[in-house]
Amino acid sequence: MRKKLKIKSAIAANRNTQFLAFVRKEFRHMFRDRKTLLILFGLPVVQILLFGFALTNEIKDSRIVICDYAKDEASRRIIERFAANNHFVVEESLKSHLQIEDAFQEGRIKLAVIFPANFLSDLHHLHQAQVQLIADASDPNTANILKGYATNILMDYQKELSMDSPLPYQIGSEMRMLYNPQLKGAVNFVPGVMSLILMLICVMMTSVSIVREKEYGTMEVLLVSPVNPLLLILSKAVPYLFLSLVNLTVIVVLSVTLLEVPVNGSLILLFLESTLFIITALSLGLLISNLVKTQQAAILFSLIGLMVPTILFTGFMFPIENMPVVLQWFANVIPSRWYYVIIKSVMIKGAGIQAVWKETVVLLLMTGFLLFISFRNFKTRLEA
Amino acid sequence: MKEIVIQVDELTKEFGHFVAVDKITFEVYKSEIFGFLGANGAGKTTAMRMLCGLSVPSSGNATVAGFDVYRQTEQIKKSIGYMSQKFSLYEDLTVAENIHLFGGIYGLTNRQMKEGRDRLVERLGLHNEMKKRVGALPMGWKQKLAFSLAILHRPRVVFLDEPTGGVDPITRRQFWDLIYEATEEGITVFVTTHYMDEAEYCDRISMMVDGKIEALDSPANLKRRFSASSMDEVFFQLARGAKRN
Repeated sequence: MRKKLKIKSAIAANRNTQFLAFVRKEFRHMFRDRKTLLILFGLPVVQILLFGFALTNEIKDSRIVICDYAKDEASRRIIERFAANNHFVVEESLKSHLQIEDAFQEGRIKLAVIFPANFLSDLHHLHQAQVQLIADASDPNTANILKGYATNILMDYQKELSMDSPLPYQIGSEMRMLYNPQLKGAVNFVPGVMSLILMLICVMMTSVSIVREKEYGTMEVLLVSPVNPLLLILSKAVPYLFLSLVNLTVIVVLSVTLLEVPVNGSLILLFLESTLFIITALSLGLLISNLVKTQQAAILFSLIGLMVPTILFTGFMFPIENMPVVLQWFANVIPSRWYYVIIKSVMIKGAGIQAVWKETVVLLLMTGFLLFISFRNFKTRLEA
Repeated sequence: MKEIVIQVDELTKEFGHFVAVDKITFEVYKSEIFGFLGANGAGKTTAMRMLCGLSVPSSGNATVAGFDVYRQTEQIKKSIGYMSQKFSLYEDLTVAENIHLFGGIYGLTNRQMKEGRDRLVERLGLHNEMKKRVGALPMGWKQKLAFSLAILHRPRVVFLDEPTGGVDPITRRQFWDLIYEATEEGITVFVTTHYMDEAEYCDRISMMVDGKIEALDSPANLKRRFSASSMDEVFFQLARGAKRN
């Protein structure tokens, strides 16, 4: 009995040294490859800065024109507000709306505001008046956002007007922006960049590092050795899990300090959910490594086969609710779609686990499924 | 009576209707250099994979180092070394790191590791190269290092799958000196090769054609039997009848 125990613990010790030897090896591979390492660490910083500042969908100093047929006190007040707002620069005031189309075609302006005649008297007598907003919809995102800014201005004025009046005045349509009333761009992009970066690093790097061993022929040697294949895969995942958590920290620090996007929820929950998502991505990388034979194929597969759907269907560039139903179904298969919802809830809305448990379960199921498929695949490949 | 290290009895591997290895039977003795020859597609690699415990045979029996290829693959893997035709060390790791990795894989103790390393360094004269990355070594040295690592854990058998591809004749000769030294230490060598001059170095040779072993004897006997002046001719006469390819 004691002897058996001894043998068992000897085997366990053996496993441990094997595992440590492999983890050390994987870390060495990672740190020796300076160029790749630089990219992996530089990427999140560049992305955060790009999305935060350059590619922000917060729009400043958009040129607009105003066509005022009313020329009364109310329209003047509103125009003043447009001029004072830092989202807009009032380019000029037109005499006739016929000139508006020219201005759009020349690309001089992004938005036009038209006050009908009798604006003030409509307001006074009917307590209701219309302002026409025309936006350049060749860039739908911008148009949408500008419409939001303009509506805000109108509503502000309407509120002020209604204060000293028994009956409320109505201008334009109602709009309500929860959690992001100023349409701040970074709030959307930080969780998006997090999903994107983690997906890119984990999927691509695991698949490449496993396929590299196949390509170089070292995998064959490892398979002939008494190493447990499971151990082998696990040791590959450790360095990338570590790297991803470092990257995650960098992103969070940057977004809090530079972009002023705070972490409203629990930081621990944020990291736990991220770890889960990292593991999901790692198992996806593992699956890809089973399907392809060369490093190039692994990179192509991860980039085109995954990055594009991830960007399109995560929801931070294009709202999923607006997509056709078929595409909405498809979006549900993309892991980052769920992670994005989780991070947005935890980070921006300050929600707890009770708000995101469904999404968490989805990620857990996906991970389980991916691991099951890839381990079965891995085994049958050995048998052939 | 010579000690049998590998015993193969009517070993067969089928992939669907295709019989890759067709009832091969042979024995390999301790400290022998056993050459495994055949044209591409003759079934060499499949046979070798079964003996290494990577592939389950369709029928027949085989033992390697006394362990059964069906049930005891884990024990087999611990008792054998393997070197593939592709150069298979980690080029971005140093010589010392590669040694430690392979020592770790086979669960060597610190003392065994140190002994193995010293022996290897002494034999290959790598004293000044320990901290160099393997990728920076000349091809000949890499090849010799790969072989030395395959026998670092002192396996009973070492399988070499076309080990000297792309190496010049002088390095090949040095490589074979290493193989001879290994057999003197009691290690059995199972080698596949394309080079007929290498075949001459083997104690015994088996010639595989279309999944079957067509001839098995010492190089001298084979040449006599086929009244050939070189192994090249023996190989040509046998492989000419092949249907595959």
